Amino acid sequence: MTAPPQTSTSGPRQSGLRATLADLRNASDRHRSLTIVVAMVITTVLMYILPAIPPLSIVQGRGIWYDSFANAGVFVLLAMGLNVVIGMAGLLDLGYAAFFAIGAYAYAYSNSPFSGTDLPFIPMLFVGAAVAGIFGILLGAPTLRLRGDYLAIMTLGFGEIVPIVFLNIDKFTQGTNGIGGIYRPEPLPFLGAFSPNSPFNYFIVMVVIVTITMILLYRLQDSRIGRAWNAIREDELAAAANGINTVTTKLLAFSLGATTSGLAGVFNASKLTIVSPDQFLFTVSFTVLAMVILGGMGNIWGVAVGAFIVYNIQAVFLKSINGVLETIGVPDFTLPIVNLHVDLAKVPFVDYQFLLYGVALVLMMLLRPEGLFPNQRRRQELHIAEEFEGGEGVETAGGMGAAPGGGETGGTL
Amino acid sequence: MSLLDASRITKRFGGLVAVNNIDFSIPEKSIVSLIGPNGAGKTTFFNIIAGIYDPTAGEIHFGGRQVIARPRRPWLEPVVWVVPALLVALATIVLGLEGRSETSIIIGLFLTVLTLMVVLLIGVARPPAYQRFLIRLGIFKSARPNDMVINGLGRTFQNIRLFQNMTAIENVLVGMHTKLKSTWIDAILSTPRDRREEQVARVRARELLALVGLKGRDDQLAKNLPYGDQRRLEVARALASEPQLLLLDEPTAGMNPRETQQLTDLISRLRSDLGLTILLIEHDMRVVMGISDRVTVLDHGEKIAEGTPDEVRRNPKVIEAYLGTPPADAPPAFEPADETVAPASPTVEGAGS
Amino acid sequence: MTSLASPASPARPLGRGLRFGGLAIAAIVLYTLALWLALPGQTGLTSQQAFPVAIQQTVNALSIGAIYALIALGYTMVYGIIELINFAHGDIFMVGAFMAIVFIGGIMGQSGPVDNIPFLIILIGGALLFTMPIIGILNVSIERLVYRPLRNAPRLAPLITAIGVSFILQNVALVVAGSGDRRAPQVFPLSWQINVGGASISVLSIFIFALALTLMIGLQLFIGRTRLGRAMRATAQDREAASLMGVDQNQTIALTFLLGGMLAAAAGLVWGLRFGFVRQDLGFNSGLKAFTSAVLGGIGNITGAAIGGFVIGFIENFASALGYSRWSEFLVFMVLTLVLIFKPSGLFGQATGDRA
Repeated sequence: MTAPPQTSTSGPRQSGLRATLADLRNASDRHRSLTIVVAMVITTVLMYILPAIPPLSIVQGRGIWYDSFANAGVFVLLAMGLNVVIGMAGLLDLGYAAFFAIGAYAYAYSNSPFSGTDLPFIPMLFVGAAVAGIFGILLGAPTLRLRGDYLAIMTLGFGEIVPIVFLNIDKFTQGTNGIGGIYRPEPLPFLGAFSPNSPFNYFIVMVVIVTITMILLYRLQDSRIGRAWNAIREDELAAAANGINTVTTKLLAFSLGATTSGLAGVFNASKLTIVSPDQFLFTVSFTVLAMVILGGMGNIWGVAVGAFIVYNIQAVFLKSINGVLETIGVPDFTLPIVNLHVDLAKVPFVDYQFLLYGVALVLMMLLRPEGLFPNQRRRQELHIAEEFEGGEGVETAGGMGAAPGGGETGGTL
Repeated sequence: MSLLDASRITKRFGGLVAVNNIDFSIPEKSIVSLIGPNGAGKTTFFNIIAGIYDPTAGEIHFGGRQVIARPRRPWLEPVVWVVPALLVALATIVLGLEGRSETSIIIGLFLTVLTLMVVLLIGVARPPAYQRFLIRLGIFKSARPNDMVINGLGRTFQNIRLFQNMTAIENVLVGMHTKLKSTWIDAILSTPRDRREEQVARVRARELLALVGLKGRDDQLAKNLPYGDQRRLEVARALASEPQLLLLDEPTAGMNPRETQQLTDLISRLRSDLGLTILLIEHDMRVVMGISDRVTVLDHGEKIAEGTPDEVRRNPKVIEAYLGTPPADAPPAFEPADETVAPASPTVEGAGS
Repeated sequence: MTSLASPASPARPLGRGLRFGGLAIAAIVLYTLALWLALPGQTGLTSQQAFPVAIQQTVNALSIGAIYALIALGYTMVYGIIELINFAHGDIFMVGAFMAIVFIGGIMGQSGPVDNIPFLIILIGGALLFTMPIIGILNVSIERLVYRPLRNAPRLAPLITAIGVSFILQNVALVVAGSGDRRAPQVFPLSWQINVGGASISVLSIFIFALALTLMIGLQLFIGRTRLGRAMRATAQDREAASLMGVDQNQTIALTFLLGGMLAAAAGLVWGLRFGFVRQDLGFNSGLKAFTSAVLGGIGNITGAAIGGFVIGFIENFASALGYSRWSEFLVFMVLTLVLIFKPSGLFGQATGDRA
């Protein structure tokens, strides 16, 4: 059962394009899964064709584009998963990369010369995801009673600790070297074998995973549990007063987010064929967070698009911008006063990407916290506080801090 | 037959005693009002019944079962938490003593943390079996707000706490949370059971909205509703969980006489048609006197009077609490009956505005 | 409701101070003993050899604890007054450390130990006078530009923004100073040692401890005795009531950030003197530990933050003295977890009696 049509007022019947769009929106709400599949098919076809023609074909070769898309897909998955935690349930998880790591290492254990086992890929997708989900429950259980800020710190700490643990228990994980030589997925029907020369196969697998995940996430959003998440996010006390077990509901969001992250981890490990602790540092968590914010918290397709765009900016655009600038022939110049000579073609933009993200994130939060593709509901939530200078509105809008005091005292019994 | 039985309820906030040794019981299918000057402890008492505050002392029985209590053996609580993990830690130390390598310490640490987490998980999810275990051990403290809803309690808030950015029908659907059985797995698989349940839920939600007079407003955002309608929506939401006892905290605050009349009718109908028991905090004396079977008066956290509306109205202690000791030539405190808001005949419209 | 208060009443400060000092000394002595007992087993030293090492490590613990305490104060004050975890505070500390290098190494042109005591005093005093205002003003500017507009936004917003600011600071430092360690001139001679019980204790460590203690006492006096300090306490307890009483919120909050920044700058200077290097991710790592200290002591509570800083310093030192420095971050995280699970209000915070 899908969400009702999004009409808040019944105005006069509008003509022409507006009416068609409104009808389209209603139809898509009613047959959401179909819409998603159709949209993904169209997108996939576009992603297949466009790299073969200019301008994309100039920037890099077709195969490399498919490879980029598959990698982007990993981040799309991560962003959609983090969106469940932050966007739907309103919990700030800063250690998201930890679950990514857990999924990746789980696959590494099951499919490498280091461990000596070689398990089939598709079941491992589920297993790796489940393992990450379990860790989500383990981390969440003690920490989800805490207020939002404390939860953020705890998850940050967890995100720090997991790579450190993987680094230090080198008997199990080979420390800094990580686990290499991970076996690629076995040949699949229709697709054939997986190798460094078959980026297309990875691409297709990722498309399928993303499509299915999207469908499942949309169903969650419109269900009883999705409403419960909305309620908790708006007013935790009122949610509890209406029978919602806030802790287990938040735990579910948290662990589903972790599951998705683990899923992405398994795929990533099978593609990169190596896992090491430095792939899972805070910068990864931060990047995914930036993608969710930029894309639009709470909007599933919004964060997917946001992640896709950000990844391509990072992995493709920033890398090749120097070449492009060189080709175009932008002249160098000297900044007055500081007397700094600047040659744009030589500036290593790639290294400064996190500075860019930081600035983008701050600007977004100040100017447009609902993101580039806002969820209508969230835009209203996030701007409601601006109407109340005295801060009165804060309690009902996006209330993460509804619980008084410094979290609950010892007794949860 | 009492639906709710509270005995010796006391609540201290640091040095301040908000509620002092109150006994309170609510007979089934009655309408009871709780009144008193501001700061008397009424909302605090409400919040204790609803499971939001732990009482400093006292117990509450609901439907015959104990739901709120002070633990008899509070010292046992941390023990129960820590013992399993401690046992595991001891076991690993004993077993690992031969090895003493980093590996065994790590495994041991991991297992201990795991056990701790599992215990916490159980402590946090509080399945009913676990709660019974706690009662048996004497360390059970209190039902939480969501437990009270399952027990059969619904409530509204003094300052409206609707989910402002959700529509009216979504608010009511959230209220139905405990009555819907489909899990997240049903949701993601979109099983026929899930879809059927959603359909039925929506139909029922619409019925509830119609009952409180909000027919046809399903898709209006809660924050866009006029004030009176918002209060009614909160009632609809509270009704959605099919409670036996309904707690209404100043339901007519800020309403004009006509809206007040409508709401009073609604409350009366809830008792007569749905068989609900209702506890009301109210400041509007016309409502209180007109609709209550019984009135309890609090002042400074203590019960100073209890009885029928007439008895209470004439009670000198009550008069003093509200108005102070009147000078000898002052008119009587409460004016007689022409001011009461008695429930009108069933033909009075309660729908729409 | 948090308060920028000390745990006990402000009356009878002398008696309280003495009791406090006594407890502190007892704790330090116990720590030394514990190390002395544990060292032989873990490191193969004899009991004889272990004693001076234990003393040295205790002194190390005190100096690193002092640094964490100074940083933790900034976290706790800001949280106490606007309930924001300033993720960027650790990076403020890092920028402070770089600023100190700019002064001592760049402006004053020093690169090594300075023997001349008056000149050393000028150097360090000058460094403090240079960096503390600059970093304080930086902190205030960040608050004004970035946090103030979001003061009434849902809590998620300023938190995320603070992370963004943290990244901006780190990457600006990266751009300006490059990656990798940058040398910090250790102008305070490390060779100055005094002999205590067979152990060589560096005078620098004593200086660090003394400086931190002075600053902390100064802060305590400021908050406890001055009008502005009272304004800070009032705003921390009840922002609206304080503003109704005529307290200028913006000014008070800015002052909080100023003080926090100044303390972090001092910590940065001291870090450079002690460890000789600064790196752009210094803030991130130390920040987490300092924040844990603040939580441990009871967030919003100044004395608590100071004590928490020392406790964390001791824990870290214990682990590394026994050879487990790889696990020190893990240990600190465990401490944070346990505190938040069992006593979220920290050692000195107030527990609320209800849950919702």
